[in-house]
Amino acid sequence: MTAIRVAHLYPEYLNIYADRGNIAVLANRAAWRGIELAAEPVSIGEALRPGAHDLIYIGGGQDREQALIAPDLAAKGDAIRESVEGGAAVLAVCGGYQLLGLFYRDRGGAELTGAGLFPLHTVAGERRLIGDCLLECELEPGEKRTLAGFENHAGLTRLETGAEPLGRVVAGFGNDGASGFEGCRVGAAIGTYLHGPLLPRNPWLADWLLARALEHRGETLALGELPDALEHEAHLVSAARARSRGGRF
Amino acid sequence: MPGKVLSALDPDALDRLAERLPLGSALISATNGKTTSAAMAAEILSPGSRLAHNASGANLVSGVTSTLLSARNAELGLFEVDEAALPEIARRVRPRAVCLGNLFRDQLDRYGELEHVAERWRAMVGELPAEAVLVVNGDDPQVGDLSRERPGGLVFGLDDPRHARPELQHAADSKWCLSCGRPYEYAAAYVGHLGDYRCPACGHGRPPLDVSATDVELRGLEGVDFTLAASAGERRVRLAVPGLYNVYNALAAASLALALDAGLDEVQAGLERFGAAFGRFERITIGERSLLVLLVKNPAGANEAVRTLVVGGAPKLAVVALNDAIADGRDVSWIWDVDWEPLLAGLDRVVVTGERAAEMALRCKYGGFPPEAIEVVPELDRALDRGLELTPDGGELVVLPTYTAMLALRKIVSERGFVRPYWERAA
Repeated sequence: MTAIRVAHLYPEYLNIYADRGNIAVLANRAAWRGIELAAEPVSIGEALRPGAHDLIYIGGGQDREQALIAPDLAAKGDAIRESVEGGAAVLAVCGGYQLLGLFYRDRGGAELTGAGLFPLHTVAGERRLIGDCLLECELEPGEKRTLAGFENHAGLTRLETGAEPLGRVVAGFGNDGASGFEGCRVGAAIGTYLHGPLLPRNPWLADWLLARALEHRGETLALGELPDALEHEAHLVSAARARSRGGRF
Repeated sequence: MPGKVLSALDPDALDRLAERLPLGSALISATNGKTTSAAMAAEILSPGSRLAHNASGANLVSGVTSTLLSARNAELGLFEVDEAALPEIARRVRPRAVCLGNLFRDQLDRYGELEHVAERWRAMVGELPAEAVLVVNGDDPQVGDLSRERPGGLVFGLDDPRHARPELQHAADSKWCLSCGRPYEYAAAYVGHLGDYRCPACGHGRPPLDVSATDVELRGLEGVDFTLAASAGERRVRLAVPGLYNVYNALAAASLALALDAGLDEVQAGLERFGAAFGRFERITIGERSLLVLLVKNPAGANEAVRTLVVGGAPKLAVVALNDAIADGRDVSWIWDVDWEPLLAGLDRVVVTGERAAEMALRCKYGGFPPEAIEVVPELDRALDRGLELTPDGGELVVLPTYTAMLALRKIVSERGFVRPYWERAA
């Protein structure tokens, strides 16, 4: 079997919330099932060829780093959208999530053009939305699952009419602290503010992304169960944190 | 607590208490090492002057006020100050000298992004009293750059490329040129992004050093020797605490003391007398065994704790205690930025404990550590007992706690009669 090909966008710029933890989870959970996963850094000035990757990962950075990569990411917009239309999976966290939208407007009114994958825009707010966060998602019809993570963002993200959120906020702020929704989904592309990192304590989402990446590869392999007792416990602790002290206005 | 009450009753209390000090005040701030640097500076300065020093680490406005209240005969104020509280405290205390050590990513849920802290520090420097001396770590791009705003201060740094890391660590911050955004090139990177950097595009680089450490000899867990070089001359210093990061702490303390007119002999003697700030690096004897406690609180600090342990002879067993109270940082994602792997590579077993023990277990598991060798024991006292049970007679148990876990651990150990409470030592 050939390897799952992952493009990790701007890893040296966007790594603020331990994004390598997400990559480590994807790589290990593939390896434990005998599937190879090859992650390739794709940075400023390097081409992203549509169809060449089964999964695209982009993390978050501080304002300065995000401003440094934003023009290059916007220039990769066509390639990213074409990849997703072709069935590639995407996980975008925090700053990467914002910049895959239509635009990001900072406090001074300056706008960064986004890559235009997710039908949403983000405007910097007055205060940061910080805290544990718990979502309920239904990525596959009838399969309700929870995602537990930590959010820390000043941006208020608004979905365009008809856009599909990643999940409903059970506890915490979510996209803008008001809509009751968090994140966005387009096909097999997922954008979210939740870090922690997200995947170690939510292994079902890691497996969902791996399954989509395998489908893109043309494989119809079922992913076997793994012993996830530690992951389950970490999820419960994180979910309890969100319920007891998740952010609210 | 009295400081909190007084500040509420009398908002100008801090200003007036500080004004009474005949020799004025000195402030020390940094993401990492401020407690240790301040304790080292206190060791240097205390034979010469009566100090008001917040040794217990109460480093907000209320803590500094309390310290001044309880040290009525003090001549000189020496305060470690929280990074976010520094602008306000500097404005109110009007210090004679300010020492700025480093800025690392730390508790983003609490402090916000590093650049914002740096901006606030820059504004603070611009408002310092005209006669105040600014002491900065030139090896940190963000911090060293502040010396350009305010000439006439002291810049310190490390000069011994033999101890450079082969490459910047994963969690390195401040790696993009402050002037033009291109990546810095490092002639030597010592601790995180601290080192001898220069931008190949515009030339922005480390400022010239006034106080430096050269010829560094690491003595494992026992300590570190270095040559302290300043305009007044050189001294060979033997520190009883280990690691390059403690050389940085010693440089900060030495430079601040020199700025306050201490002599090189006093500096050398004070640094050599220094033990360790409580809980930062501490050996506690428990019957036939001992505990070696190294505080971990953010990626840069934890990376240095790991490096110190590995250089000193990698342990086979470790207890890692992860809490997520406000003082620890509620967001535990930082543990994924720490390079634990060199430590994990030598371990036969790890006991993870604290409120977020399961998260630490996952960090070990996805770092390639065998899950069957991970023991999750959330209760600290039980984890300590388990660690001691696995430690042979005469052996040493390594414990890496976050801040509130360290306080809880000390309480457990002191209740069992093995260590005096820190507030006795701090008094």
